Amino acid sequence: MSQFLPEAFHSFLPNLIQIFYLIATGFFIVGIKRLGSPATARSGNQLASLGMLIGVVVTLFDREIIAFEFIIAGMVIGAFIGIFAAKKVQMTAMPEMVAIFNGFGGGASALVAWGEFTRLDPSIFDTQGLVTTGLSILIGSITFTGSFIAFGKLKGFIGGGRIALPGQNYINLLLTAIALGLVGWFAVDPEYQLVFWLLFGLALLIGVLTVLPIGGADMPVVISLLNSYSGIAASMAGFVLGNNLLIISGALVGAAGLILTNIMCKAMNRTLINVLFGAFGGVSDAGDSDDGDKSYQQTFADDVAIQCTYASKVVITPGYGLAVAQAQHTLKEVANILEERGVTVKYGIHPVAGRMPGHMNVLLAEADVPYDQLYDMDEINPEFKSTDVVLIIGANDVVNPAAKTSPGSPIYGMPILNVDEAKRTIVFKRSMSPGYAGIDNDLFYSDKNQMFFGDAKKSLQELATALKELD
Amino acid sequence: MEAFIFNLFIFVLASFVGFELITKVPPTLHTPLMSGANAISGITLIGALIIAGGPDSVYAQWIGFAAIIFATINVVGGFMVTDRMLEMFKKKEGEK
Repeated sequence: MSQFLPEAFHSFLPNLIQIFYLIATGFFIVGIKRLGSPATARSGNQLASLGMLIGVVVTLFDREIIAFEFIIAGMVIGAFIGIFAAKKVQMTAMPEMVAIFNGFGGGASALVAWGEFTRLDPSIFDTQGLVTTGLSILIGSITFTGSFIAFGKLKGFIGGGRIALPGQNYINLLLTAIALGLVGWFAVDPEYQLVFWLLFGLALLIGVLTVLPIGGADMPVVISLLNSYSGIAASMAGFVLGNNLLIISGALVGAAGLILTNIMCKAMNRTLINVLFGAFGGVSDAGDSDDGDKSYQQTFADDVAIQCTYASKVVITPGYGLAVAQAQHTLKEVANILEERGVTVKYGIHPVAGRMPGHMNVLLAEADVPYDQLYDMDEINPEFKSTDVVLIIGANDVVNPAAKTSPGSPIYGMPILNVDEAKRTIVFKRSMSPGYAGIDNDLFYSDKNQMFFGDAKKSLQELATALKELD
Repeated sequence: MEAFIFNLFIFVLASFVGFELITKVPPTLHTPLMSGANAISGITLIGALIIAGGPDSVYAQWIGFAAIIFATINVVGGFMVTDRMLEMFKKKEGEK
């Protein structure tokens, strides 16, 4: 756009662009800061998007940009797809959506590095430029394919369990080491095209191979980690182009992603190394179905309705089953009826209920569940002793006592909701199949527990009807 | 070399700012936060503009074109979907 400006502007235009980049950076920092509290989060997100708009608009004045056909066409197509996806996606599918957007971001960073490398004569790149180009392609490509595999796993296109060759971890480590070696080779000998293509291809492959073996239950951690990667990739692309705005925003996202990953790992009492290289929902655990000699009690809507009505305190612990069944509105209806009858209703939310931390809060917010009824794990756990009935709706692993009692279990040590301390637990579930982590749950066979089989939405509708008929 | 070291300073300092900003966020907001941060990582769009708009090679322009599509999906979709999530939080607070 700069060629349309009067000559006089050209002398200080570069500085002006940098000043606007600085303003955009400020918007990002304040925006992320405001995303940290429910009261200011929405304005924070809007502030960040405004920062992005400023960054994009002033970049168009860059003297290097003279052809706008590709820019306009690309932005129109991208915006159309983005708007369509963002409007259509259901709240339950949020983790998939974040994963796939993230993949596009990482892919874009790899493409930017590739484009810059193609555009300019390799001989004018210095060593740092070449190293960051190589890293940008490596990290961006891993993010791209890794995110798509994560998307496929969450969607169920690819099996949720562990898909791995024997010694997969060593293979992955070896491939990563080779890829880093290729980055080095590329930096020394950029004119040798084969190295470049090998690096690109290998990076795409590593993304697939590192995410494929990770079990579905660990996918939130993986998405968060990939999010961090996409930030680092953007930052590296900033190094390639010598653009501070990219470096700073990318670093912010990279650091934020790492922190989130760490918080999530803590919530599951797992280390990052364990997530990346350990078996969770592994082959060995999924197979041991020795529930032949264990018995469970089955229950039906009428009975659940009676138990809930005569309870003084009911705690609801929702899980992903609630989300898939889109039952959050029906759940709210049931809770309303109970409250009208004078029953205290609270929601106990495990940090990783759903498939992403905080995902369940979003879903319940969608159904207008009041904020003050939502309790974090640490707040609700002391209350189970005084709870009459716990309704466990589509949650498995986050209420599995094996996390406390059996050191051999893959989820041992993970903090859980102590529902077994309540007087009665009722599990809403489609079948006796193990949960996402692929581990059997002893809670289901407890004397205090009853199973209410069926799709969560249908079961809750039946319960609502039964409750109304009790008058 | 000097420019590189300078950029490295910026990278490291910005990382620390990122760490400081996120450490105390409540679990309730983790999903929107992740999604919002994700949208910001689409900042690479600015790099894509430079590649696609440069006159040097048609080949590079096509790569930049693809990069713009990818990055725009990330930016536009990411901010919108985050806004959709946060809107629900907002609405409830008004009711209370």
